[in-house]
Amino acid sequence: MLTLNINGQDKQFDIDPSTPILWALRDNLHLTGTKFGCGAALCGACTVHINGQAVRSCVTPISAAVGQRITTIEAMDEDRIGKALQSAWVRHDVPQCGYCQSGQIMSAAALLKTNKKPSDADIDSAMSGNICRCGTYQRIREAIKDAAATLA
Amino acid sequence: MYIKQSNHSAPALSRRDFLKTSSAIGGGLVIGFFIPGTTRFANAEQAPVAPSAPNAFLHITPDNKVTVQINRLEFGQGVHTSLTMIIADELDADWSQMNAQLAPAGDAYKDPLFGIQMTGGSGSINHSFTQYREIGARARAMLIAAAADRWNVAPEQCHTAKGMVLGPNGHKATYGELADAAMAQPIPQKIALKNPKDFRIIGKPMPRLDSRDKANGKQQFGMDFALPGMKIAVIAHPPVFGGKVAKYDAAKTLDIKGVAGVFQIPTDRGGSGVAIIADGFWPAKQGRDALVINWDTAGVEKVTSADQLAQYQALARQTGTVARDADISALATAPKKIVAEYSFPYLAHTPMETLNCVIDLQQDHCTLWVGSQFQTFDRAAVAATAGLKPEQVTLNTLMAGGGFGRRAVPTSDYLVEAVHVAKAYRASGKSGAVKVIWSREDDIRGGYYRPSHVHRAEIGLDDKGQILAWNHVIVGQSITQGTPFESVMMKNGVDNTMIEGMGDPYEIPLKLSAHTVKANVPVLWWRSVGSTHTAFVMETLIDEAATLAGVDPVVYRQKLMGPKSQRHQAALKMAVEKSGYGTRKLPKGHAFGVAVHESFKSVVAYVVEASLEKGVPKLHKVTAGVHCNLAVNPLTIEAQVQGAILMGLGTTLPGAAITLKDGVVEQHNFSDYTVARMPDMPRVEVHIIPSSDPPTGMGEPGLPPLAPAFANAIAKLTGKRLRSLPFNLESA
Repeated sequence: MLTLNINGQDKQFDIDPSTPILWALRDNLHLTGTKFGCGAALCGACTVHINGQAVRSCVTPISAAVGQRITTIEAMDEDRIGKALQSAWVRHDVPQCGYCQSGQIMSAAALLKTNKKPSDADIDSAMSGNICRCGTYQRIREAIKDAAATLA
Repeated sequence: MYIKQSNHSAPALSRRDFLKTSSAIGGGLVIGFFIPGTTRFANAEQAPVAPSAPNAFLHITPDNKVTVQINRLEFGQGVHTSLTMIIADELDADWSQMNAQLAPAGDAYKDPLFGIQMTGGSGSINHSFTQYREIGARARAMLIAAAADRWNVAPEQCHTAKGMVLGPNGHKATYGELADAAMAQPIPQKIALKNPKDFRIIGKPMPRLDSRDKANGKQQFGMDFALPGMKIAVIAHPPVFGGKVAKYDAAKTLDIKGVAGVFQIPTDRGGSGVAIIADGFWPAKQGRDALVINWDTAGVEKVTSADQLAQYQALARQTGTVARDADISALATAPKKIVAEYSFPYLAHTPMETLNCVIDLQQDHCTLWVGSQFQTFDRAAVAATAGLKPEQVTLNTLMAGGGFGRRAVPTSDYLVEAVHVAKAYRASGKSGAVKVIWSREDDIRGGYYRPSHVHRAEIGLDDKGQILAWNHVIVGQSITQGTPFESVMMKNGVDNTMIEGMGDPYEIPLKLSAHTVKANVPVLWWRSVGSTHTAFVMETLIDEAATLAGVDPVVYRQKLMGPKSQRHQAALKMAVEKSGYGTRKLPKGHAFGVAVHESFKSVVAYVVEASLEKGVPKLHKVTAGVHCNLAVNPLTIEAQVQGAILMGLGTTLPGAAITLKDGVVEQHNFSDYTVARMPDMPRVEVHIIPSSDPPTGMGEPGLPPLAPAFANAIAKLTGKRLRSLPFNLESA
């Protein structure tokens, strides 16, 4: 038995400690906002925060997160930056298929936590690990800048 | 896929039956819609009979909500919102009362033009525009009739505004208040539709209905659907298409905690594989990794890409089956010549959500939850595999995380496999639902690619660079041969999806022939289908001819376009003017590139600005001129163009290729199969030509002209013509 703190609540897991956080969230807690895209930290769809840092949950075993604070997209509306980003995402009509957007917002939130006014180059660099096949990148850039402006 | 409109006009109004249906929940007005007649595709589901419980399209409930059933898959292209806009406008509803749901598999939801339920060919708005308008207009007339009865006035004395019926004496009632009474009214057979100038929702940039849920993680995709006690399955597929399991050892797999069963199952193309069923994805995947399988691939062809390229290049030097003829005798004597050979690799679709399917197989019924693009075929294939009738199969359409063609498979490969998994699980004495999940490796290595192609062109020009004769040969696999689409899309032995986009809109003496090659690699439509390669070939060759002629490439195109090309001319002019082409000075080392192409009845022209950064082609800006007739939702069209540009750009990048060696796909994941990322995204400006003509599709037409426009800019900078996708400057 292993205990993880997820979105402020302690949750117990009786599964293989090597299980990636992604599958503990999805299959055990039915928190499905965090997505499976590649299983190899190559696409960013599974991004969550551990202690505020963006982490690819598809390759991070639950055993590595004991005693840490895990935050998922489901709790982003309780986060000042997360909420601003979600509002900007709607204002800019960012999502198309929407499957990657949880991960995009989690990466963007981690960026804005350390960089309050990112340039295009900062955004490109921070977001380059998040793939969107629909091509929403231009609106993501605009939404991140807009969210940053509303937070300033 | 693209079916020539001229052969198949939309069904006439008189063929349509509108039906009222008793509402299952909440009372109110429910309007169904049913198209009698047979499907146009051989081997498709049996011809429908009038359903005893007609399927709803529109449901107005007493709580004043309007719910629209979407007869398509929503997978990013925005029809969930756009089709709702179309009904809302004719219904004269308030936008805030509108909701949308994806319809399950059902006869009523078949494409009015294709006769099967499907999403593809950029046809959702193009084919269902009038259908959805008529539903909205009929419901509005019934609401007015109900209000007129209630107030004892003539219907002509009533009008509607934003979800209310207003009467002559200050009467007013919401649609919700009138919904039950409206249900008692007859459905009017004749109905007047709005004059397009009176549209107040259609044509406006409307935000998506699903953006909030997609920004907060609440949107449920197929991958997210779960039932109590549901198991997760993964499948070990053969390493070569059609390969078989010789023997396997599951001892280690069965030791893994959470693994519920291991079963050998039939897989696509006559092969077999091993399914691992477990409590979750992780034990299932670990179980697959622990399996020891000996594969038998002796009886199947093993393709090697380098050999295939040589085979295609040899074929391209011979005339194939002629699809379009012309007098090309001038080739022999033409003073100038362009001889060009192009190559295009297999491409995987790689939607962000990998393929998956939840299946609950019972003795006499099967229920599926899946993001299907091909409900009619999928339901029939599931029924046939399960030994059931199609009406014993319920297929619920769930939102999908992209598709780009991969969820529109005539063989229903991943659904048929899911049925085999469920059958094996049931046969072992277990019951309950199973979700089959494809890993990214399964997706990239699992086939159904955009086919690889070689093109060879010989063009004879006069001293002024005018085209005298053009001999063109295309080599590749057919997408539709052997599928129910063959009868419609193969003409005189040539697959239209291989040659679509060749020639037009230019008036040129083009002789076009094709070699249809068979190869043990499953192929499929990939966003914009044939135009993914034909547009590249056409638009780079026309550009090259313009350079030979010493004429500006925009002017050269304008002169070469035929009289039926007003939309091409308008799109090109728009892109040229808005981009500053010819007037704006570019930074040193930057160049403009131009391309224009029609696909799926819409025309898109691009003027791009590109440079070489440390020798690597870099795309900075794209200015788009778009002609799609009436732009139902300009915000969605802009998004589709941005997305198509990004996907088109992706095809130019190093590593954007599926290659095979001895039958085995050499790529695995996003580490070795390149897709475009944020730093690749150029600045995009989209300009739409105003029109009130019936709308044409925009899911795909933004893709084809991007790569050639980019290549033309690079040619201007380097003097080298790029002859392949992805770009290869060394071989240019």
